[in-house]
Amino acid sequence: MSTTLPHPELGVQTNYLNADYGWKSWLFTTDHKRIALLYLFSITAFFFVGGAFAVAMRVNLLSPNGIFAHDTYNKLFTMHGVIMVFFFLVPSIPATLGNFLIPPMIGARDLAFPRINLLSWYIYIVGGVMALTAIVRGGVDTGWTFYAPFSSTYSNTHVILAAMGVFVAGFSSILTGLNFIITIHTMRCPGMYWSRLPLFVWGHYATALIQVLATPVLAITIFLLCLERVLQAGIFDPNLGGDPVLFQHLFWFYSHPAVYIMILPGMAVISELVACFSRKAIFGYGFVAFSSVAIAVLGFLVWGHHLFVAGQSMYASMVFSFISFLVAVPSAIKVFNWTATMYQGSVSYDTPMLYAFGFIGLFTIGGLTGLFLATMAIDVHVTDTYFVIAHFHYVMVGGMVMAYLGGIHFWFPKITGRLYPEVWAKFAALVIFVGFNLTFFPQFILGYLGMPRRYATYAEEFHLLNVMSTAGASILGIGYLIPMIYLAWAWRHGPISPQNPWHAKGLEWEQSPTPPPTFNFIEPPVMTEPAYNYSGAEEEVELG
Amino acid sequence: MASHDLALQHPPELKHHFDDAGQQRESSILGMWAFLATEILFFGGMFCAYTIYRSLYHEAFASTSHFMNVTIGGINTAVLICSSLTMALAVRAAQLGQKKPLIWLLILTLILGCVFLGLKAVEYHEKWVDHHIPGPGFHYADARYAQQAQILFYLYFAMTGLHAVHMIVGAGLLITLIVMAARNRFSTAWYTPVDMIGLYWHFVDIVWIFLFPLLYLIGHTK
Amino acid sequence: MSHPAVPIRVYVGVFLALIALTVTTVAVSKLELGEYNFVAAITIALVKALLVVLFFMHVKQASAMTKLFVVAGFFWMAILFVFTLSDYFSRNWLPRGKWW
Repeated sequence: MSTTLPHPELGVQTNYLNADYGWKSWLFTTDHKRIALLYLFSITAFFFVGGAFAVAMRVNLLSPNGIFAHDTYNKLFTMHGVIMVFFFLVPSIPATLGNFLIPPMIGARDLAFPRINLLSWYIYIVGGVMALTAIVRGGVDTGWTFYAPFSSTYSNTHVILAAMGVFVAGFSSILTGLNFIITIHTMRCPGMYWSRLPLFVWGHYATALIQVLATPVLAITIFLLCLERVLQAGIFDPNLGGDPVLFQHLFWFYSHPAVYIMILPGMAVISELVACFSRKAIFGYGFVAFSSVAIAVLGFLVWGHHLFVAGQSMYASMVFSFISFLVAVPSAIKVFNWTATMYQGSVSYDTPMLYAFGFIGLFTIGGLTGLFLATMAIDVHVTDTYFVIAHFHYVMVGGMVMAYLGGIHFWFPKITGRLYPEVWAKFAALVIFVGFNLTFFPQFILGYLGMPRRYATYAEEFHLLNVMSTAGASILGIGYLIPMIYLAWAWRHGPISPQNPWHAKGLEWEQSPTPPPTFNFIEPPVMTEPAYNYSGAEEEVELG
Repeated sequence: MASHDLALQHPPELKHHFDDAGQQRESSILGMWAFLATEILFFGGMFCAYTIYRSLYHEAFASTSHFMNVTIGGINTAVLICSSLTMALAVRAAQLGQKKPLIWLLILTLILGCVFLGLKAVEYHEKWVDHHIPGPGFHYADARYAQQAQILFYLYFAMTGLHAVHMIVGAGLLITLIVMAARNRFSTAWYTPVDMIGLYWHFVDIVWIFLFPLLYLIGHTK
Repeated sequence: MSHPAVPIRVYVGVFLALIALTVTTVAVSKLELGEYNFVAAITIALVKALLVVLFFMHVKQASAMTKLFVVAGFFWMAILFVFTLSDYFSRNWLPRGKWW
């Protein structure tokens, strides 16, 4: 049960949405909540751009004959990857839910650097416009991984424009991460010890570490690639004395940790959902917090598992393989702890919890198949096949996107002050779950049977499974459209939300109004109990 | 209401979302170091590439030493070290509220930075005359090492070029500081931008401290 | 700053040390030390960098958390170096043609 908040003096509550009107109040805002919404709309737009490419790919793969020229198909999968990775997944939860919720969760009035927060959004938009320009001018066909020497020497597409768009967007990511790290270090309210932080905050802290430390290496790699493409001299083309494997080392030094940027925030959301909808503190809070940081750190030591068949030394490969096994352990710890939280908890099946269930099952499948890939002998067989594609879509879509949707539904009342229609939400969750599995499970089989990735066509024996996958993709696409519609509707016409519709613990629900005022709190907040104190005695919050 | 009253009382440099000056200052310092960590990783990628190719192509790299202008490089190193001294003294002047020394020291730092960039331009011109700029116009006297030397020169231009870009940005920041100082924006209570830009300037100096021996002093004996 | 201002003589002392080390590194580079030329150059550069970090950048008087941030940045670069170089330096350990 939430604590009682003092009533506002005004008849209509002033909150961050109605505090000021006009486009300038949005485009020049420094309020982290408004910036979160700016991100929310831009990221959603990019999701549908990336999704459009996916639809085109799946339609092409309905039959071995396809409908696109092979060069065009190469551009489709490249743009799908570039948009989805750099302009959707990497920013997604951190820039929207993280930006919105971290200050209230720790009892702060804003992030440490509000103007840098706004700058990071503008930088993201500039990078996005550059990428979209590359698309409009004909696209890129190198794959989202931009491997040299194809990208540096042989490709005839707009590599530099697209790569520089990614370069620019990387700075947005760095600034967001930097902001989060400093905020969490210096702006916790009285009583908010590290050991009382919501696991959502721990997860974003770990993510922010990766954003700050890994992204610069991607930046320099892209810079060197573009320089080589311009000068036709450099370090990646073997004809010039260079080593293409060096490009892969530098690229994956970022891009492997990047996949943890693309899952840790999802896990962070799941911790909140599981605790709330089991009415129970997360089992093994310390282990889950530590695991987030462990994943972030270990994630920096495994990138060579993308180079097993590239010519990397066998000894280095063994080390990378071993550590890749290790990095699965903290992820597994989290899954066990979420499950243990539900055990003997009072579980309810509201939509956010449905997405949490989906996450736990699908992430587990995705994670376990990652172990297959970490095993060198198996990887030799399945690398660069649809097995890899199924693996990462299970973790990124079955995991992260489901967590994102779960989080958006859970905090929708907090963000908008309204309630979404629960029946439609449950229906959409079900459609998404069915569509997702129908799309991607056949791809495990396809990959194992030998269908290569990034090919516009395939052998006839793979036809049926591809048809199934495309059928699933159409269901999944519809599943994603349904929430767009009812959430947009509910924002304007949904019933007004009470202060704490989920009766959740946490400063953002208990001490910050719904929706929050510009500076988040009416009275300076104090944290007086452990996190997730669902079973604790009711306490009056000591103020002042 | 409590926090609004607080807002009226606090010094103007204290931003609304901070509770006190100490919190704001610690945030600034940690924030700048987090940013410098990104710069370490940014340059680090190139240093890594350099290390790999130097060990692979040792003789070719050593042969390029003849064409590196150690005199200019050495003078530039001294120039940057001087500029770090003047910058450190400038921060100290800001801390003590000494406006005139602060402005003069910032101007001196800026001048030294421009000297560095000027000498760099002379060097780049030399390289252009020697046909040592990588690309279609590249030509290297010793044909055995031509391809590998081009890699060294590619790294030379990439590393010193990015370093020079950082210097130019630093120069712009110094101009901003000089203007702010002239307008009495700094005091003993608040001089954080001087402090933070000082950290940035010293970091750019540290990058050069590593670049100089690695690019100019390889195989100097041959 | 919560700490008192550092005396000017400290800054000048560090400055002179940096200049001396620069002269040293140029002088050492003219000696024929083989592999150790590289080691010597890097060692001197590290000492110079340390002086700049500790004194000019005030890390000596900074909070423990600041020191941790500084170390973390360099440590992470070291990860990039060590693991990437481990590939290149171990490539010749297996005779070619033995596998694949």
